[in-house]
Amino acid sequence: MNTFLAGISTLSLARWQFAITTVFHFLFVPLTIGLGLLVAILQTAFYRTGDLAYDRMTKFFGKLFLVNFAIGVVTGIVQEFQFGMDWSRYSTFVGNIFGAPLAIEGLLAFFMESTFLGIWIFGRGRVSKRVHLASIWLASLGTILSAAFIVAANSWMQHPVGYAIDHATGQAVMTNFWAVMTNSTFIAAYGHVLAAAFLTGAVFMLGIAAYHLRKGNDLAGFDKAARVAMVVTVLMAIFTMFLGDNQAKEMEVQQPMKMAAAEALYNTQSGASFSLLTIGNLKDNAVFQVRVPHILSVLATNTWDGKVKGINQLQKEATKKFGAGSYVPVIWLCYWSFRIMVGLGILLFFLGAIALWLIRKRRLEKSPRFLRFATWMIAAPFIANTFGWIFTEVGRQPWVVYGLLSTSKAVTLISPGYVATSLIGFTAIYTLLAIIEIGLMFRIAKVPPAIETPAEAERVPELIY
Amino acid sequence: MLASLTTSPSGLEQLWFTLIGVLWLGYFFLEGFDFGVGTLMPFVSKDDLDRRVVINTIGPVWDGNEVWLLTAGGATFAAFPLWYATVFSGFYLALFLVLAALIFRGMAFEFRDKREEPRWQFWWDQAIFWGSALPALLWGVAFADFIHGVPLAANATWTGNFFDLVKPYALVGGLATLSLFTLHGATYLGLKTEGDVRVRARAIAMRLAPVTFVIVLAFLAWTYQTAHTIHHEGLVPPLLPIVGLLALAAVGWLVRDHLEGWAFIATALTILALFTTMFLNLYPNVLVSSVSAHFDLTMVASASHRYTLEVMSWVALIFTPFVLLYQSWTYWIFKKRVGRPGSANDAPKRKIKA
Repeated sequence: MNTFLAGISTLSLARWQFAITTVFHFLFVPLTIGLGLLVAILQTAFYRTGDLAYDRMTKFFGKLFLVNFAIGVVTGIVQEFQFGMDWSRYSTFVGNIFGAPLAIEGLLAFFMESTFLGIWIFGRGRVSKRVHLASIWLASLGTILSAAFIVAANSWMQHPVGYAIDHATGQAVMTNFWAVMTNSTFIAAYGHVLAAAFLTGAVFMLGIAAYHLRKGNDLAGFDKAARVAMVVTVLMAIFTMFLGDNQAKEMEVQQPMKMAAAEALYNTQSGASFSLLTIGNLKDNAVFQVRVPHILSVLATNTWDGKVKGINQLQKEATKKFGAGSYVPVIWLCYWSFRIMVGLGILLFFLGAIALWLIRKRRLEKSPRFLRFATWMIAAPFIANTFGWIFTEVGRQPWVVYGLLSTSKAVTLISPGYVATSLIGFTAIYTLLAIIEIGLMFRIAKVPPAIETPAEAERVPELIY
Repeated sequence: MLASLTTSPSGLEQLWFTLIGVLWLGYFFLEGFDFGVGTLMPFVSKDDLDRRVVINTIGPVWDGNEVWLLTAGGATFAAFPLWYATVFSGFYLALFLVLAALIFRGMAFEFRDKREEPRWQFWWDQAIFWGSALPALLWGVAFADFIHGVPLAANATWTGNFFDLVKPYALVGGLATLSLFTLHGATYLGLKTEGDVRVRARAIAMRLAPVTFVIVLAFLAWTYQTAHTIHHEGLVPPLLPIVGLLALAAVGWLVRDHLEGWAFIATALTILALFTTMFLNLYPNVLVSSVSAHFDLTMVASASHRYTLEVMSWVALIFTPFVLLYQSWTYWIFKKRVGRPGSANDAPKRKIKA
């Protein structure tokens, strides 16, 4: 094992492990958050109108929600425990601050979502309709709260506040919990993450409803689902873009290197333009570029001629402040991740807007090409979410806690063999689970709900599982 | 760190050591029976319908039970960062195995009924069995290692490898938790099912109880000897382990006399007494070093600062009552016995023939 691994460091294995675990976990989590809220909305509509079409949609999307929920839960355990396993020096350094939101997340959010989801799955027909409805809302609230604490913890890594360094132990210690929970980075990021999660759920629902509308299945039900999903898609696409733009301004002040990396802007510039795409070398030898004048300045500073700092100048500043070394993240990855995220976000806004227009013209069912397009677009929010996190995490490098702890000093001092074993093990498990999960989702999503009489709709099987 | 070795733990540190202990106790009490139910599933079921009955007894609650582990992990991270960092990185491969088992087990509960093919269900049943039995064994190994000592040098540096964790004493600890959790699952099934599954669970409980008693007795005696003679420190209150053993000794009788509720309380009591003994033996350390007592990781050395502990205390004080309330409420909602469909379980028979 050790000869095979010669030259591969624990650090690079641990980084791959973190990336794979986090990306895999966050493939499913936004859908859980988004679909949880949408299913709660559908069930509320049924509760208030008694229209069985809403009941069918609640059960149909509820099933997909549950299949997806399970995988988010089990990968979440790895997500929490890997800090101690692979990043024990990080854990020791930040535990005073970073541990608190994680513990609170367990107490406030995880108990709530798991307990009330249990009541929702098994309680139909056993608890009153009102309590059953309340349980899906509480489960949804749990997922929304859970995102708050984990994003607060991450925001502290992006922009540490409310702390002091204990010189005896070298640890960061918390001095102001309120400051940690009202970190401007957190406020900006939480809104963006939440809006993106709701957008993910809505695009997923819209895409599946579009599939069934195209096939002519349960038109009454899927038309209602499409309407709810379309409204949420448009609203959340706007919120995601608006809040993301707001984050860019925070970023230019707090992590200017990340902003410069997003554009591959090597030299400080006023009235900087934004490149839509680049073919060739990002540094100095672009073969072909499409540039929009002044947009980078507007994005980063909200002014037409604002000054955006360049990578070279920021590197010089950082060397002066922190000592010799490279403070530049992987530029190509930041540059392209940013474009994929933003590009897909804009595309999703148009998806929602066209659906809105077609529904108002009563032409949605008669537009097979758009419906097919909407189904394909299900992939878009997942890709955008993934690259959003890749951008924000890679853009912070070489720091794990911005300005305080570099990633290379955060890793556990352990033989690479251990990390390689768990990396291979987890990757194999994740791959297997992804295949099973996606296969199951396709199967369930393709079967239209049976049209039931009110009595049949109320029937509860004696064994749920 | 050396300076802090001489100071004794503050009230807040003691409070958080206690709370983390309580979280682990809650975890083992609750997930203990759902591990047991998973381990017993192949032995109490004759067909698919039986297996579904078994799964449905824990269906609404297993996920909530597992959150106790997540919260214990989070609380340890926040209150004793060095403890969290040292244990989680030191028990690396063992923890990987536990996590892999928990992943497959959780997926199995949710995915098993989503397809009809016997082959699909067969593999998820395997996941439920191994995913329950393996962590039930490994948690005992890990807690025994905490007491017996782990290869810890200066500054909480881990010097050993995976096989340092697999010692005879630790293996007995693993067998103790595996048998105890399985027995706990058997008393739970006796309480929560009806018909043949209930009869089989009772029969298994009666046969398993004496075996479990012997293993737990051996483990507790060895723990007493380890804590007392090797490390010359740690509280060993004789009363607690004795209460636990008495409760365990009674399980067989209680099951025979159809006192199923009391039998479940007895296995619960044994689990709580066993792990309370473990935590008290650890105090005031959080990890014992097998290299030298100088390198023991103490509560004081691993604790967070006062401010963090204060904030966390307020949060715990305000929100824990709600959590306990609504989690107990789910058990109340789903208090009815689970039986095979069509068996008319509206009038549960209090007594059945063994």
